Amino acid sequence: MIVLDKVNKWYGDYHALVDITERVEKNEVLVVCGPSGSGKSTLIRTLNRLEEIQGGSIAIDGRDIHAKGADVNALRAGIGFVFQHFNLFPHLTVLENCTLAPVRLKRASKAEARDYALQLLERVGLAHKQDAYPNALSGGQQQRVAIARALAMRPPIMLFDEPTSALDPEMVGEVLQVMRTLAHEGMTMVCVTHEMGFARDVADRIWFMAEGKLLEKATPQAFFANPQHPRAQQFLADRKRD
Amino acid sequence: MQFFDPSILQSGQYHDWLVQGLILSLQLTVVSFAFALPFGALVAVMRTATFAPMRALGATIVESIRNVPLLAHLLFWYFAFPELLPESARELLYANNPEVVCAVIALSLYAGVHMAEDIRSGIRAVPATQLEAARSLGLGRAASVRLVLLPQALRASVPPLLSQTVNLWKDTSVATVIGAAEMMYQAARVETASFRSLEAFTFATLAYLTVSLLISLAAHLYGRRYPVRAA
Amino acid sequence: MNAFLELIDTYWLYFLVGQYPDGPLGGLVLTVLLSGAALVLAMPLGLMLGIARVSPYRAVSLPVAGVVQVVRAVPLLLVLFWAYFFLPAVTGVKTSQAATMLIVLVVFDSVYLAEIVAAGIRALPPGQLESARSLGLSYGQALRHVVLPQSLANGLPSIVNQLVSTIKATSLGYIIGLSEVSFIASQINTLVFTQSVQVYLILALTYFMLCFGLSRLAFLLERRLQRRAVQPN
Repeated sequence: MIVLDKVNKWYGDYHALVDITERVEKNEVLVVCGPSGSGKSTLIRTLNRLEEIQGGSIAIDGRDIHAKGADVNALRAGIGFVFQHFNLFPHLTVLENCTLAPVRLKRASKAEARDYALQLLERVGLAHKQDAYPNALSGGQQQRVAIARALAMRPPIMLFDEPTSALDPEMVGEVLQVMRTLAHEGMTMVCVTHEMGFARDVADRIWFMAEGKLLEKATPQAFFANPQHPRAQQFLADRKRD
Repeated sequence: MQFFDPSILQSGQYHDWLVQGLILSLQLTVVSFAFALPFGALVAVMRTATFAPMRALGATIVESIRNVPLLAHLLFWYFAFPELLPESARELLYANNPEVVCAVIALSLYAGVHMAEDIRSGIRAVPATQLEAARSLGLGRAASVRLVLLPQALRASVPPLLSQTVNLWKDTSVATVIGAAEMMYQAARVETASFRSLEAFTFATLAYLTVSLLISLAAHLYGRRYPVRAA
Repeated sequence: MNAFLELIDTYWLYFLVGQYPDGPLGGLVLTVLLSGAALVLAMPLGLMLGIARVSPYRAVSLPVAGVVQVVRAVPLLLVLFWAYFFLPAVTGVKTSQAATMLIVLVVFDSVYLAEIVAAGIRALPPGQLESARSLGLSYGQALRHVVLPQSLANGLPSIVNQLVSTIKATSLGYIIGLSEVSFIASQINTLVFTQSVQVYLILALTYFMLCFGLSRLAFLLERRLQRRAVQPN
C-alpha cells in the first residue's frame, strides 16, 4: 500500500533521511521507533507530503505523492494524520471539527457528515461532547477527537506522529485504547511512538531508525527479544533502564 | 508649460522655499525628539512604579495625550494656550516664532507618550526573573534596575523607538496647520505661487521617503547587530 | 461659568453635525461616519493585501511589502494633498473634500489592516494550517475555514485600535477645508473669540472620550480572547 523507494531528504547539509526503501502492506500496523532526532517524525511527515523529499519516491496505492503535478489535496484526503499536539480547530465545536473537511470537500452532505461524525465520536467515547469547544477538553479527549476527525474522511491509511507524547501519563491509556481498536479492525496504520507496550501488543512490524537510517525491521517478538543492530540493542537497553 | 520641470527643484526661489521647509521639518524633528525621549522615559518609569498613584498619573498623562489627534494638540497650544499665559509671557512667545515653539511643544508631548509606551513594553519584555536574579546576588533595587533591567529594556525598545521617530518625522507635516513653515507649508506655498504642484509635492514625497526609509534601515540594522537575546 | 454654558448651549448642534441640514454633514458625526466607513471599505482590500503579504510566493509578497513600506514612510497629509490636488485632474470629476478624505483613509487603512491580518496569520500555530491541509483542504479552503476565522478574531483588538487611529486621522481634513469636528471647533472659536481655551478643551475632551472609550473596548476584547484561547499544547 505504501512503497518507499530510496527516499532521501536533506535539511541543508543535514542528511535527515538516508535511502529509505521499504513497503507497508494493507491492514498492517507498523510502529516506527528510535531515539530523538532519528528522523522518524520526518519520515512519517513525508508520507502525506507535509515534508518534501529530494530523492527517491513514495507511492501510496500506486500513486507517487511527491510527483510534480500530483494533486496533493486529493492524496491527503485519503490519508489520515494524527499530530502530537492534536491541532484541533479551537473556533469550531468538536462536531464541527469532524464535519468540516467531509462537507467542504464534498465527500458527504451536511447530514451524512454529521451522522458519521457522531458515530465516530461514539466510538472514541466522546459523543456527549459534540457541542463542546476544544479548550474545554482534556488532552486525551482532544486527541481522541483528533482521531475521530481524521477517520471522518474514511481514509484507508492512518498515520500517527507521536500521538501520546504530549499527554499526561493518565491520559495515554485512553488514546492507545482507541488506536488498539482501530488496529484490530484492520486499519493500515503507521505509528511513530515511544509506547513500547503498544508496539509489543499491536504492531505487526517494527522499524527502528537512527540518524535518518532504517536500521532494523522485525516483528515485535524478534525485535524486543533479540535486537540485531547494536544501536537497537542500546536503544532497548536504555528503555529498560527507565 | 512643461508637465514636470525639475529645474525649479534645483535652483531658484521655489527651490529655496522647499529647502527651507525641509530644514525646518528636520529641525522640528530633532528638537522635538530631544524633548520627547526624556519625557517618554520619565513617563515610562512612572507607569512602572511600585507606588500606585504614580502609576495612575503616568497612565492619565499617556491616555489624555494619546487619544487626542496631533492636529487638535497643535490648535490648542497655538490658539488656546497663549490665552492662559500672563501678558509678559505671551508677548515673549509671540515675539519668538510662536508657530515653531507651539509645534515643538505639541510634537514633543505627542511623540513622548508614544515613546513612553515603547520603553514601557521594553521594560516589561525583560523577564521578572532577571531582577530576581540580580537581587539574589545582593544588588540593591536601584542598581538592579540600572545594571540589569534598563540595558536589556533599552535594547528591546530601540527598534520601536526608531519607528516612533519615523512617526515624529511624518507628524511634523501637521504643524502646517498653525502656520509653521515646514515642508508641507512650503510645498503648498509653491503650488499657490506657481501652480507647480507636481514638482513641489514630488520634492516633499522624496524627502519624506528618504528620511523615513533611512531611519527604518537604521532600526533594521540595529536589530541585526544587537538582537534581543533571550536569556 | 455662564459664558461657558452659553457656549455649549449655542453651538452644541453645530459641533455635532456641522451645517446639516442646511449644508453638508459636518462635525463629530461626520468624523465618526467617515472613520467607520473608511475602515469598513478598507477591510476587503486589507484582507487581500494581508493574505498576499504572507504568501509563500515571493513574487506576490515582496511587491506588497514594498507598497506597505512606501505608504508607511510618507505622511498621511502628503497623500491627502496629492489626492486633493490631483484627483480632480485625473478623474475629471471635482471630488469633494469628504470623498477625497475617504479615499485617502481607505488607502491608509488597507495598508495598516494588511499588516494586522498578516501578523494574525503568522501568529497562528503552524499546526493549524498543517492539520487543515492534512485533511485534504486546499490552501484557500484552509485559509477561509481555519486560519482567517482565528486570525481575524485574534486581530480584533488591533482592528479596533486602527479605528481609533482613523478617527484621529480624519482631523487632517481640516487642512483641506473638510468640516470635520476640529474644523468646526475652530469655526466656533473664530465666532466666539474669547473662549479659545474652553473650545479647544471641549474638542480634546470629545476626542478623548471617543478614542479612549474605543481603546478600552479593544483592551477588554484582548482580555476576553486570552481567556478563551486553547491552552498551548
